[in-house]
Amino acid sequence: MVSEHQTTFDETIAADEKIEPRDWMPDAYRNTLIRQIAQHAHSEVIGMQPEGNWITRAPTLLRKAILIAKVQDEAGHGLYLYSAAETLGVSRDELQEMLHSGRHKYSSIFNYPTLSWADIGVIGWLVDGAAIVNQIMLQGASYGPYARAMVRICKEESFHARQGYAILMTLAKGTDEQRQMLQDAVDRWWWPALMMFGPHDSESTHTEQSMDWKIKRMSNDDLRQLYVDQTVPQGEYLGITFPDPDLHFDEESGHWRFGEIDWDEFWAVVTGDGPMNRERVAHKKKAWEDGAWVREAATAYAVKHAAETAKVA
Amino acid sequence: MTDGANAALVEVLLRHADDNTILGQRLGEYISSAPELEEDLAIANGALDHIGVAMHLYEYAAEIAGGDASVDGYSMRRNEREFTNALIVEQPNTDFAHIVARSFLFGVYQKLLWEQLSRSSDERLAGIAARALKEATYHVTHARRWVVRLGDGTPESHARMQTAIDEMWRFTSELFEQPDIDSVLIESGVVFDITRERAKWDAAVDDALEEATLVRPEDPYQATGGRLGRHTEHLGHLLAEMQWLQRTYPGASW
Repeated sequence: MVSEHQTTFDETIAADEKIEPRDWMPDAYRNTLIRQIAQHAHSEVIGMQPEGNWITRAPTLLRKAILIAKVQDEAGHGLYLYSAAETLGVSRDELQEMLHSGRHKYSSIFNYPTLSWADIGVIGWLVDGAAIVNQIMLQGASYGPYARAMVRICKEESFHARQGYAILMTLAKGTDEQRQMLQDAVDRWWWPALMMFGPHDSESTHTEQSMDWKIKRMSNDDLRQLYVDQTVPQGEYLGITFPDPDLHFDEESGHWRFGEIDWDEFWAVVTGDGPMNRERVAHKKKAWEDGAWVREAATAYAVKHAAETAKVA
Repeated sequence: MTDGANAALVEVLLRHADDNTILGQRLGEYISSAPELEEDLAIANGALDHIGVAMHLYEYAAEIAGGDASVDGYSMRRNEREFTNALIVEQPNTDFAHIVARSFLFGVYQKLLWEQLSRSSDERLAGIAARALKEATYHVTHARRWVVRLGDGTPESHARMQTAIDEMWRFTSELFEQPDIDSVLIESGVVFDITRERAKWDAAVDDALEEATLVRPEDPYQATGGRLGRHTEHLGHLLAEMQWLQRTYPGASW
């Protein structure tokens, strides 16, 4: 028998209205959201590392300031998203522990290394560009706090994508060495960017249920196609080539058709064997462990201080 | 202004710009390594403020100096001996306590400096200083809060905070040195005698140390040389990293 709660929930979803933290929701819906929002938060936080890798070497103070602002935004996005996850009854410490122990994943794209300054531009253009396609859809997600976090995050992400493209325009108009740097970065990041949309719909375990719950509003393959269609002309404008001999414009459908993703690489990186998986998690754990004495001190101070205040009162 | 006064003003602007660039670089190094996400945000915020001020000061210096002087040239193509930042800002991020100690001891000085310069007869400098003063006030509040929390936290944090204060202490007198070249600008009210602010610095620092249950160090040795471009060994490495792209690809635009 369907409970009254379930009926209300189903009706809310059907009417395209939002589920809010105090509303009843099925456990599976709650758990799916916790996993997805936490994964998104972890991705923002881990994403600070590949970009942070170039803060000290940014070529001008202006570029340095823009990059710091971007990494700072990512820390801020991590905070909103952890807060959104906390509305579902899980603590930030628990979520961090899941990340550190490897039980939670983050976007695999951040398991690739940033090897040149052009990578910083390409991350803005290709990686943030892909994130935006995904996040625009998520603004319509059925869970209120998540959808609202996405509205704010999307605004900042579009600034990131623009600054990435601006770096690349400068390189494209620069010296031969700068153009080579640009092309090399595109060659390394294009396929991992396409992988950001996840496995084919036929292989995706979560897609169907998430679409029924209106957490996801479009499938992986549809989002990927949307992304390729908008990105290829931008690449042409930059004067770069994409590392895909099968990439071509299909007049009939009006879409850019592309070759098959290397799914072995995709699954290897997802399951922990990417170029930087171990370093990313190790860095995060080290920062957390190195900071333990600071957090303990803050707590100890707060406790002492609270006791004093109580005595005075 | 006379050529002499212009040259002196360029030196003053570069000195303060260098302080901000180098501290911004040090804070930038630490982003993603903080004890919690909120601190990563705060550190990034400080780095941005310092780099922003540095850019304004270099820009003004470049306009006065003319020729091919530029923000990028000053920051990315000068050598170690040409940087005149104070030694304290180039000291490494040994641990969170050192970062806090550096930001606090330097921040109290910088706040006093901007208070002075916001009254400068040079309107452009006064404007830059007035904005920087608001930011420095926040930096000091934030750093002071950590000095107190760590000093009066656990035995471990107390020991670490005391060590960091002790180690940074020898770089503090230099902040109140007044290079001779400034005298022409002091006469015209463009800059002020910084040595007069020392007592206020002592009072603010003592107040925080006391609240933090920390001891004011009694280190008779005080390092000097930063304002003359004679640095600790740390600066060369910092610049090698910071200037690497500009040095590797001379003439390229970024």
